[in-house]
Amino acid sequence: MYQYDTIDQTFVQQRVAQFRDQVSRRLAGELAEDEFKPLRLLNGLYLQLHAYMLRVAIPYGVLSARQLRALAHVARRYDRGYGHFTTRQNIQFNWIKLAEAPDALADLAAVGIHGIQTSGNTIRNVTTDELAGVAPDEIEDPRPWCELIRQWSTLHPEFSFLPRKFKIAVTGSPHDRAAVRVHDIGLRMHRNPAGEVGFEVLVGGGLGRTPLIGKTIKPFLPKRDLLSYLEAVLRTYNLAGRRDNIYKARIKILVHDIGADAMAERVEAEWAQLRDGALVVADADIARLAAAFAPAPYAPRSPRSEAVEHARLTDAAFGRWLKRNVFAHKVAGYAAVKLSLKPIDGPPGDATADQMDAVADLAERYGFGEIRVSHEQNLVLPDVALDDLPALWRALDALGLATPNIGLVSDIIACPGLDYCGLATARSIPVAQHLTRRFEDIARAHDIGKLHINISGCINACGHHHVGHIGLLGVDKNGAEHYQITLGGRADEHAALGKLLGPAVPYDGVVDAVERIVETYVRLRQDGEIFVDTVKRVGPTPFKEAVYVAA
Amino acid sequence: MTGQIATANRLVDGAVVFRRADGGWGLRVEEAVVIADEAAAETLLAAAKRDAAAALVVEPYLVEVDAAGAPTSYRERIRAYGPSRAFHADVPTRHP
Ligand code: SF4
Repeated sequence: MYQYDTIDQTFVQQRVAQFRDQVSRRLAGELAEDEFKPLRLLNGLYLQLHAYMLRVAIPYGVLSARQLRALAHVARRYDRGYGHFTTRQNIQFNWIKLAEAPDALADLAAVGIHGIQTSGNTIRNVTTDELAGVAPDEIEDPRPWCELIRQWSTLHPEFSFLPRKFKIAVTGSPHDRAAVRVHDIGLRMHRNPAGEVGFEVLVGGGLGRTPLIGKTIKPFLPKRDLLSYLEAVLRTYNLAGRRDNIYKARIKILVHDIGADAMAERVEAEWAQLRDGALVVADADIARLAAAFAPAPYAPRSPRSEAVEHARLTDAAFGRWLKRNVFAHKVAGYAAVKLSLKPIDGPPGDATADQMDAVADLAERYGFGEIRVSHEQNLVLPDVALDDLPALWRALDALGLATPNIGLVSDIIACPGLDYCGLATARSIPVAQHLTRRFEDIARAHDIGKLHINISGCINACGHHHVGHIGLLGVDKNGAEHYQITLGGRADEHAALGKLLGPAVPYDGVVDAVERIVETYVRLRQDGEIFVDTVKRVGPTPFKEAVYVAA
Repeated sequence: MTGQIATANRLVDGAVVFRRADGGWGLRVEEAVVIADEAAAETLLAAAKRDAAAALVVEPYLVEVDAAGAPTSYRERIRAYGPSRAFHADVPTRHP
């Protein structure tokens, strides 16, 4: 893992000291709210419905055991004993007191984490594949490049006041687990015909009010040019992006308005000034970062584990977990394990302080002390020896973290919604909870197969509902919570936006509606089809009938 | 009959608070002074804004309540009574 150097560490600690002073001046009445609000947002501190909310960046979703324990400590000491992992691989604490926020940030700074650039019109935390560095299909580990982007984008003076927020995602695998096509910039590592690895650069993807799939403006960018090209994209956007209308300020609107070709030309012209300048990535620099992500000291192991085979044959519950929650690893004899933060009836993405501490311990016992956060709001232990899987499973089961539902109907992505969020129109969490109870029967969930349900409590789409196989968007109809249903979205390499099925359904009817949609799929599916395949093949009509006619 | 109450978040911890008849701020919606006529509501809001200027509360505004004194919008009910369910042991929720 990358460790902060003294420059990073000093800066983050100085920032906490500055913020402590700003908070005390605010509490003393020397700063008014409109003077103070931008300062607290610069440190990730929002004011939500019930309290202040602290959003902490987890750079590209990678945590050390020590950092996870610090998050547990913050949850326990300054919050109500839990935190919420988000679709941006961050964590949010929902019940922070302003007076204690500097202490919480100081405790996080001690382990090299902070809330800087988790708000505002800045470049936000770069996100990536939660299986980066261990996925067998990977072309190259994207984490060194993510770290390079983190260093370049953190406190970049030119890009601290962009027209709007800016999100970058990177995938190093052909199978896109980072949703790069729905980010402001998506970077896809791939090989050109000469066998060199570089980046395909997509721009202008995004969800929210105007969902759009990103467009390729550079099919192959050599690695040495990554930062100069990103700088050229950001500079083009910073100058040409709209600042008169917040809803039209994202880069996707610019790309949509002028077209991908014109965008590519403008970036190219800007890049011509920059490409051979100070931002060229020196081999030594990226080698230094790559060394921080060098493969763990894996032991030589058999690709087949007798312990796993035995447990699989003797314990059906272990078998189900193995099938859904355990993922192939590039090193023989190892696996990556996803820890489900989606228990039946649980709030999606939440982990308690005790769970976080326990996961940190497990990461040290069954791995090399590293934990990942996935954008699906689950945790990952990336380096588990196969022989350890039965013991790990028992430990996770005791913690409530072994629900065998990764990628299934109950692995629901949901934003905090109206239970916490000041911008929300409707609740998300209770809808997710009701749905998990409806599909509680795990054998049924396994039979239904891969199915992503995504829920957002408002048009801002933090729950990525447009790219859910089934998307639910909370809306208000005559003062009552309703949900629009979209079908057929996906966030992977075949990214697509879901299509609206029909009129929004009321809160009390949404679980039934989803169940009827799922039953329709089960009735119509052909061999090997997952939910989205069937939707694509048969179109919306049977689902419409199931929801609106049968109702 | 409906009325209006003044609400805000307390500066020091963000807690949802309601302005009482004695000019203080309470944590329970039941403590709120309920105002029936518009002119009095404006006076209440002006007083709440003075408390915001005095760094006691943040962003005060008026909320409509029903005859029982409960906020009419579900957003304000969640602010008043907490998240709609106790998602974790410690989450305060007391929806009627
Ligand atoms: S989608 Fe809306 S309700 Fe959900 S977290 Fe984002 S802003 Fe809040």
